[in-house]
Amino acid sequence: MRLPAFLRLSPRWAPYVFISPFLLLFAVFSLFPLCFSLYLAFQSWEPTGGLRAMEFVGMSNFTFAIKDGWFWMSLRNTLWLALASGVPQHLVAIPLAAFIHTSFMRLRDGVMAIYFLPYITSTVAIAIMFRSLFSQDYGMINAALAGLFGMAHTDWLTNAQHIKPAIAFIVFWRYVGFNTVLYLAAMQTIPGELYEAATLDGASRWKQFLHITLPSIKPMIFFGVTLSVIGGLQLFEEPFILTGGKGGPQQAAMTSAVYLFREAFDFNDFGGASAMSWLLFVVVALLTWITNLAFRPRKGRA
Amino acid sequence: MSSSPDFLHGLRTSPTRRTVLAAGLGVALAPSLRAAPARTLTVAAFPLVDQILRDAAPSWARRHPDVALDVVTRQYDDHHTAMTTALSTSVYLPDVMALESSFVGKFSLGGGLSDLLQPRYDIGRYRDRYVAYAYDQAVNRRGQVVAAPTDIGPGTLLYRKDMLERAGLAEADLQPSWDAYVDAGMKIRKATGANLIGNVKTLKDLMIRSGLEKGQGIYFDSDSNVLVDTPRFHRAFEIALRVRRNRLDGHLDTWSNEWAEAFRRGQTATELGGSWMVGQLANWVAPTTAGLWRAAQLPESSWVSYGGTYYAIPRDSDPANKALAWELIEMMTLDPARQLAALKTQDAFPALLAAQDDPFIGEPQAFLGGQRARLVWREAARRIAATAVHKQSNFAEDAVNAELDYVLDDGKDIRQALADAASLLELRAKR
Repeated sequence: MRLPAFLRLSPRWAPYVFISPFLLLFAVFSLFPLCFSLYLAFQSWEPTGGLRAMEFVGMSNFTFAIKDGWFWMSLRNTLWLALASGVPQHLVAIPLAAFIHTSFMRLRDGVMAIYFLPYITSTVAIAIMFRSLFSQDYGMINAALAGLFGMAHTDWLTNAQHIKPAIAFIVFWRYVGFNTVLYLAAMQTIPGELYEAATLDGASRWKQFLHITLPSIKPMIFFGVTLSVIGGLQLFEEPFILTGGKGGPQQAAMTSAVYLFREAFDFNDFGGASAMSWLLFVVVALLTWITNLAFRPRKGRA
Repeated sequence: MSSSPDFLHGLRTSPTRRTVLAAGLGVALAPSLRAAPARTLTVAAFPLVDQILRDAAPSWARRHPDVALDVVTRQYDDHHTAMTTALSTSVYLPDVMALESSFVGKFSLGGGLSDLLQPRYDIGRYRDRYVAYAYDQAVNRRGQVVAAPTDIGPGTLLYRKDMLERAGLAEADLQPSWDAYVDAGMKIRKATGANLIGNVKTLKDLMIRSGLEKGQGIYFDSDSNVLVDTPRFHRAFEIALRVRRNRLDGHLDTWSNEWAEAFRRGQTATELGGSWMVGQLANWVAPTTAGLWRAAQLPESSWVSYGGTYYAIPRDSDPANKALAWELIEMMTLDPARQLAALKTQDAFPALLAAQDDPFIGEPQAFLGGQRARLVWREAARRIAATAVHKQSNFAEDAVNAELDYVLDDGKDIRQALADAASLLELRAKR
């Protein structure tokens, strides 16, 4: 069936039409919120008064955010959690990937799937499950610690000193499998001859790991660490759900992302929250740049 | 699939643009053609309030058979977030929104809610029919009345009579002062092993709300001066610390599973809260402890409002439905029969004075061992003064809670803690 001329797509426009679904969604759900939050960062807005209640206030949201003690506290919480959950992820994932790479032949995919499972599970389900695991009097973690080591019950979620390690553990548990998959993929691309030659030269497995495996997966380490830095600084769901959206004891589990949300929706300050989110963006960009400096392949070396 | 409409078969055989368009149009139009009631009045509410509204639907249908009552339920937090969003964009506004009392204060500052003093509503003529403080609570700084009270939460002290008896105590031993309440707690601990209270923050919350002059705020005065570094807060922190040092609180998050379980297992001897707490205990927290509890006035003759529900009409909602919206609010808040129904089924204590004078108020309550506790709450309700809400109240509450954590868990000096909270609040007070 031939279509009438006005319904036919000219080759000149076809690419734009085909790419338009993405552009439309991107504009509505990414570009517009981005611009709107930049606009809001310079406004004072009592949201329940409607859109007309906005008032231009210049830089005062930014000066407020910089003076606000809780903004810095939430940033410190975020950095603590990013380090405590991020560093072990890679320290465990790299040896684990090497172990799986060399030791499991047929079972490799199955073993990987098990490690990868937490990553594809809904965060909400994970947080709810850990909430009951970490329960002070009726949780399995305390029951196990008491049974194995005779430890007294720990108030994991209601004590400021304990809630951070608890959250860091959940984040670690969740992403270690993802990182292992990254490293395993990188290791599979290393040519086997390198190891054969090294073995002939009498290099031990440890030396091989140190001088062949690690340098070869360096680009992947850069990629993995960058993802961890960005993800760690945007940490939201786990602390939000574990503390019922309230930040936990002494606000110890209030990450910057949780604080932004609360500043807007609990404390009705959309202008301040927008200013903070742009400041957080600067921090994330800065730390990503530093990661880049540390891991970037240098010129003149392969 | 055998009954799928013709245009779907067309779609399968020859997917031309026109059939796709026609199909889309058909799907879009179908529901609106099928359900065609004359009009719909939309009410947004949260659990229990939604049930009260649904129970009222038959009487509404008798008045307006042509207007369907559509009650939209969201969970408590989601509801208030959704209402904030709806008011901020003026899109998908319900005709009537239920609001918890702390949100009435918060929303009253923005101008997104209709002033019910306008002649078309004229709530002023009913002023004397509501509990005084509940009405005053809905008056904002511009003198507008932004919501109508439907139920209230007079603060009350709930205690396990059996545990007090085992400790050789009576109700009167809890009441003279907050210190006497803590002293009693130590005896209860010795005799029964139970905690005085599940979460010591609740004790602090009640204490900072008591002794307020009418119109004064909890955290700020009317000129946005911070009131946190004052004797009222010092005392509340000191009593809370005394409770913690003597290990009389359960260290449990209110509403958590552990908190509820402690009630079921008889590990918590008293609870402070609004009168609605009895309904919560009876219905899901600890139904098995029925008959063991009693209600009393708060220690030190503290008259405190703790929660309550209001109905409001958004400023930008459908103008054609405003008259009906107000009629619904009148029915829910001014009809003694409806107010009593809410009390009987959901333990919502009436904000309407006429309902409070009904003989049902003096009926014995089985969960409280046959006590006539509603008379206790009625007395409290008539002595409570309205408090002003500042737009930073929610933040202030969290800042004070965090500092209390530092004092209780890390031994931070109370003066330092309150000074730190005050300086956090001062930065925001005039924002």
